Amino acid sequence: MHRFTFHRFWAIVLKEFIQMKRDRVTFGMMVGIPLMQLMLFGFAINSDPKHLPTAIRAADQGPFTRSFVEALRQSDYFKLVRETDSEAEAARLLQLGEVQFVINIPPDFSRRLLRGERPTVLIEADATDPAASGPALAAARSLAAGILDRDLTGPLARLRSRAGPVDFEIHAHYNPENITQYNVVPGLMGVVLTMTMVVITALAITRERERGTMENLLATPVRPFEVMAGKILPYIAVGYIQVTLILLAARLIFDVPMVGNLVLIYAVALVFIAANLAMGITFSTLAQNQLQAVQMAFFFFLPSILLSGFMFPFRGMPEWAQWIGACLPNTHFLRIVRGILLKGSGVSDILPELWPLLLFLAVAMTVGVKRYRQTLD
Amino acid sequence: MSSDPAADLVIDVAGITKRFGDKTVVNAIDLQVRRGEIYGFLGPNGSGKTTFIRMLCGLLTPDAGSGTCIGCDVRTQQAEIKRNVGYMTQRFSYYEDLTIRENLDFICRIYDVPDRAAAVRRSLERLGLEKRSHQLAGQLSGGWKQRLALAACLIHSPRLLLLDEPTAGVDPKARRDFWDEIHGLAADGLTVLITTHYMDEAERCDRLAYIAYGNLLARGTLDEVIARAGLSTWTVAGPDLRGLAAALRGRPGVEQVVAFGNTLHVSGRDAANLRAAIDAVRDPRHEWAQAEPGLEDVFISMMDEAKDNFR
Ligand SMILES: Nc1ncnc2c1ncn2[C@@H]1O[C@H](COP(=O)(O)OP(=O)(O)OP(=O)(O)O)[C@@H](O)[C@H]1O
Ligand SMILES: [Mg+2]
Repeated sequence: MHRFTFHRFWAIVLKEFIQMKRDRVTFGMMVGIPLMQLMLFGFAINSDPKHLPTAIRAADQGPFTRSFVEALRQSDYFKLVRETDSEAEAARLLQLGEVQFVINIPPDFSRRLLRGERPTVLIEADATDPAASGPALAAARSLAAGILDRDLTGPLARLRSRAGPVDFEIHAHYNPENITQYNVVPGLMGVVLTMTMVVITALAITRERERGTMENLLATPVRPFEVMAGKILPYIAVGYIQVTLILLAARLIFDVPMVGNLVLIYAVALVFIAANLAMGITFSTLAQNQLQAVQMAFFFFLPSILLSGFMFPFRGMPEWAQWIGACLPNTHFLRIVRGILLKGSGVSDILPELWPLLLFLAVAMTVGVKRYRQTLD
Repeated sequence: MSSDPAADLVIDVAGITKRFGDKTVVNAIDLQVRRGEIYGFLGPNGSGKTTFIRMLCGLLTPDAGSGTCIGCDVRTQQAEIKRNVGYMTQRFSYYEDLTIRENLDFICRIYDVPDRAAAVRRSLERLGLEKRSHQLAGQLSGGWKQRLALAACLIHSPRLLLLDEPTAGVDPKARRDFWDEIHGLAADGLTVLITTHYMDEAERCDRLAYIAYGNLLARGTLDEVIARAGLSTWTVAGPDLRGLAAALRGRPGVEQVVAFGNTLHVSGRDAANLRAAIDAVRDPRHEWAQAEPGLEDVFISMMDEAKDNFR
């Protein structure tokens, strides 16, 4: 007698679709937010900065020095803006932020190189923003191996060293994570879905309450689960539009390799979207009004972006933060998507990350249905 | 008609009570409504009318009391009640961003009305809404919204109609049409419980109940309610009615002095005291006459009394 019935569920689904269609602004946001985030994270926020201002203090003018400086110049990372002899001036440039790096070539560079003594080049980095200097330093390391080999010919070839003929000593004060677009763009999928899906359903029930339509809905025989499920289904479609947009952008704009199975991505996305929607609905049964609902959604969104491994490497976080992160669906979804897209993970590979998502969905849905009041008491 | 009168009671509740916090909003109300009856439910703002109706249709659970609505227990069979009752809320509560047709269609699906398309069409025709069926509900005027709400809560052929101030803010012509419709429905056997603040509407009900501060103060037919109130009313016409009103107010026995155009209505429950008060201010220029008390006089008198007793 109190069973789930399809006709009531379907009535809610159709109603939500119509309302979504009429609410152009919200619908526009659903499409606009992923696009905006793609632009921001994909283009504007560059975690691999290039052409960083660099000063050279070369105490040696030998051919190897010239060749080395030329190689640095050719790498995209360093832009040589200054040459100086003075240590004090170099320090000042760094202090003022006019340069990001000072590269110190020792006076006996060429001589020691020829003797096979592996001379040390000191790179001083302004590492206040580790993300800015990290990739460049990494590049410098690999440059070392290759650049001088060209010049070490004939009898000098013995100096082509397996470990690199030159030793770099790097004074960086942080050890930044090297984030690339390959990592960010798939990660964005989870972030965008969390952001939009939770908010959209967090409003779903509070809106009915604020507009007074809730009283009517409660006066009809419709059941809580029918309302929940009916409100979730239309937004799964919206979530799929977002997933598709991001995948298209990843492929066409950012050239992210896609080794894995896209069908699997869509299947997992279904679980993830539903989990977020259920979370939103649960918020909306708790909130008194739309403002509160949005605030709750925001509280959920922040850890989802910060502790999920999207912004900062998961393993670098303290244990308590990892525990929080492990409770968030985005953490698991992120790993699954990166796994599928970049590593070609299959169903069995993603299972350890999939069951937490399913568990989260079940819990959120249960709490939501329980909290949804059937009466106005 | 029916041999067993209890079987013909569509609403039969006793001792219904609802408290919000420590405030008793509905206090031990008994109510019986017969099939096909139009029952008026009146009372001042905040007296608990809406709360009482919500308990009848399964939206609120009573804190005390029991009874049946369309033969189902108001405490335990709320789902059954919801299926067979049409409830028109005080505030318009259909979807303003859906068209009229979409709203009706939604309700039909929710109630699983057979042959949905035909039901929607019939409903639109009967209420004269066909031409506006593609208009958004939010763009309708108050009168049309009220028509839509009535159409929507009738579409699943309920056995009981609960109407909470359906005509608030509706013009006189539309109100009259609305009441004609209600009478037509009642003639077909539908039972209607309706709240209103309009006295002319109260007079169109078969029976009335009056509540104030959650307490049922009177019930019965119009004449019974007026007679039981035991109110005496006099009218007076003549010069300087304002001065006369000031002189009357506050005298023992005088409870209400109300100006209607160029007459005053003076009423009180204690006929002898009222008579004495009138004699004290009598002036040959004034023309006094005993009158039948109006429903409004009766209600205001009851409300004043209730204020003393329950507040
Ligand atoms: N959910 C609630 N929580 C607390 N108090 C409530 C709640 N609902 C109603 N009340 C209070 O109960 C009292 C009765 O309210 P109700 O809406 O039933 O009155 P009413 O007779 O319908 O008034 P009106 O004629 O203005 O519609 C009011 O004082 C109101 O503030
Ligand atoms: Mg009310």
